[in-house]
Amino acid sequence: MKLRKWIQVTWPLAPIVAALLVTSLILILFQTSPKDALAAMIEGSFKDTAKVLQVLAFLVPLLLAASGLLVTFTAGLWNIGVEGQIIIGAIMASWVALKIDLPAPLQITLEILAAMAGGALWAALVAVLKTRGGVNEIFSGLALNNLAIILTNYLISGPWQPPEGGTFRGTQPFAENALLPLLGESRFSPLSLGIALLAFALVVVALRGTFWGLKLKALGKNPRSAFLLGVSSEREVIFALMFCGALAGLGGAVRVLSWFDSLRQSISGGIGFLALLVVMLASFQVYWVPPIAAFFSIVLMGSTTLHIRTGLHPSLGGILTGVMVLFVLLFGDYGKLFTRRKKIPSPVKEDDAHG
Amino acid sequence: MDNPDLLLKQLSSIVLNASPLIIAVCGETITERAGLINLSLDGTMLLSAMTGFIVGYQTGSLWLGFLAAALVGMLFALIVAFGSIRLKQSQVAIGFVLTLLGDDLSAFLGQNFTRMPGSFVMKAGIPLLKDIPILGPIFFNQDPVVYFALLLVIATWFFFFRTQPGLKLRGVGERPEAAFARGVKVNRLRYLYALVGGALVGIAGAAYSLDVKVGWSEGHIRGMGWIALAIVIFGGWSPFRGAIGALLFGATKALATVLQRTFPQVSVVAFNTIPWILMIAVLVVSASELTEKFINLMPVSWRRPLRRLLRVSAPLALGTRFGED
Repeated sequence: MKLRKWIQVTWPLAPIVAALLVTSLILILFQTSPKDALAAMIEGSFKDTAKVLQVLAFLVPLLLAASGLLVTFTAGLWNIGVEGQIIIGAIMASWVALKIDLPAPLQITLEILAAMAGGALWAALVAVLKTRGGVNEIFSGLALNNLAIILTNYLISGPWQPPEGGTFRGTQPFAENALLPLLGESRFSPLSLGIALLAFALVVVALRGTFWGLKLKALGKNPRSAFLLGVSSEREVIFALMFCGALAGLGGAVRVLSWFDSLRQSISGGIGFLALLVVMLASFQVYWVPPIAAFFSIVLMGSTTLHIRTGLHPSLGGILTGVMVLFVLLFGDYGKLFTRRKKIPSPVKEDDAHG
Repeated sequence: MDNPDLLLKQLSSIVLNASPLIIAVCGETITERAGLINLSLDGTMLLSAMTGFIVGYQTGSLWLGFLAAALVGMLFALIVAFGSIRLKQSQVAIGFVLTLLGDDLSAFLGQNFTRMPGSFVMKAGIPLLKDIPILGPIFFNQDPVVYFALLLVIATWFFFFRTQPGLKLRGVGERPEAAFARGVKVNRLRYLYALVGGALVGIAGAAYSLDVKVGWSEGHIRGMGWIALAIVIFGGWSPFRGAIGALLFGATKALATVLQRTFPQVSVVAFNTIPWILMIAVLVVSASELTEKFINLMPVSWRRPLRRLLRVSAPLALGTRFGED
């Protein structure tokens, strides 16, 4: 009994332990001391202000995409297309940045609006394919992700290549007035963090305190009864996905306008998938999303430092986060794991009913 | 394309290139017919391709390479099955996380083995059969992986529709309650066929790295797992239709390469988009209401065959949980 209690209390730590265990084993396989690696990772995220600001700059688009995904997950939708929605947002922002020249505040507003519209429309494709075409959003989202990547590569190597000649690396850097105002020498824009936190707060209020949030919840929990109650599933599905797409597109704009200064080849860098993991790890509990997103940013930035320092592949961060989420998905539900199957006696007494 | 020999060569390369896809589609079809979705195909195939290549490279034995890859596939399938059956969690969520995890693990664990020459499966024509005109060079002057894929399609079909255990397998995926009432151990069978399907998916991954696209590099065959999952749907959960889907997919890709040579002014990009546009188009055709409307516009006698050709329906209990208690 005491042991049970003890397990129950320490259980939330188990995924972290499991993830550290697996990554340590892998590191030992590669003749690297896990302790040194961990030290390098922590140093990579916290060594000085510059590193901390880098983590924050990485966090902003992740938080935006995760906030959007909270909405789609609530509606029971698997918006794997979020990655593509980020990329289209980045493309749209780059388009405005390259082709239009306005004073800074107007320019940035226009870039952000274009990015949000692009992301929302890309998500609307997924939605319409689902409601009208009967295509599962996982497959259409995935195909649209790949199409967005191909489009980026085309733009970089074709119409938008830098004047000095096409490389596959990226477009020319945008003009100063097109970029988000950055903090000192870093790539972090406080304005973007403010917007991201605002977006997150908006999502929390919308999901918890509005009729729309309630309808989405009904749709996610039981689409059939939601339909019987008069929730138009098509309208809600389209709107939820477009809402998520707009936030993801905004995240894409932040990627090109602060993290980079141009449209690059892997502009999203898997942030959309990472955001899916964040929301899954949070088990759709909204308040856990920002801390988990921050933790993931720390891990990812740390593993990039590890890569620079030791040459080990930067996917170690992905392994660590992946194992954690897998562990939570499998064993997070403490109750389901430790309750043994019980035979439930039949509620109907034989013969009695027929008297 | 006026040279018949060239055309034959092209066709036989389509069959070769589609073989791993056929194996993966068969494996996933078996799993899904039993009612379980293993969404982790893309990650599983990447990890097993890497494992198969490295084991083959280190031991010099192709058999061990394929065996190791099959074990990787079974491990991932077991995680999905255990998570959804015993722990009662979402199989889609687990499968998706495994997709990402398999990708990252393959990139990390295989980092010291990228772009190396390794051993590969040798071509081995079947004596007599390879001399049949046209069919011989296309199907029977290939390597063992191709023969395995072709036999697997026939064997899977025969198993599904002509044997008692195959009937039980379909029963478990269609009406688990009825199967249970007839004394079939529903969840035990689901575990079994998840493992069988997973092993085949693993073999498919190694079939890439040891045969069709020899070697290993990060993201080697990224995307093929998703294509396979879409083909399973397009194939209507039937091994033959699935195999035809995989061959058509290969043919479209080959056609794109030919077109690209004929029209060099069109950007390569346009051709890269083909698989993904095809994936969406195919799913729309097999699932949308529009297809039904289109069929109803046709003459009455055409409707039935057209519907059989274009429409598919999933196993009824696909993705649902079954509690035996």
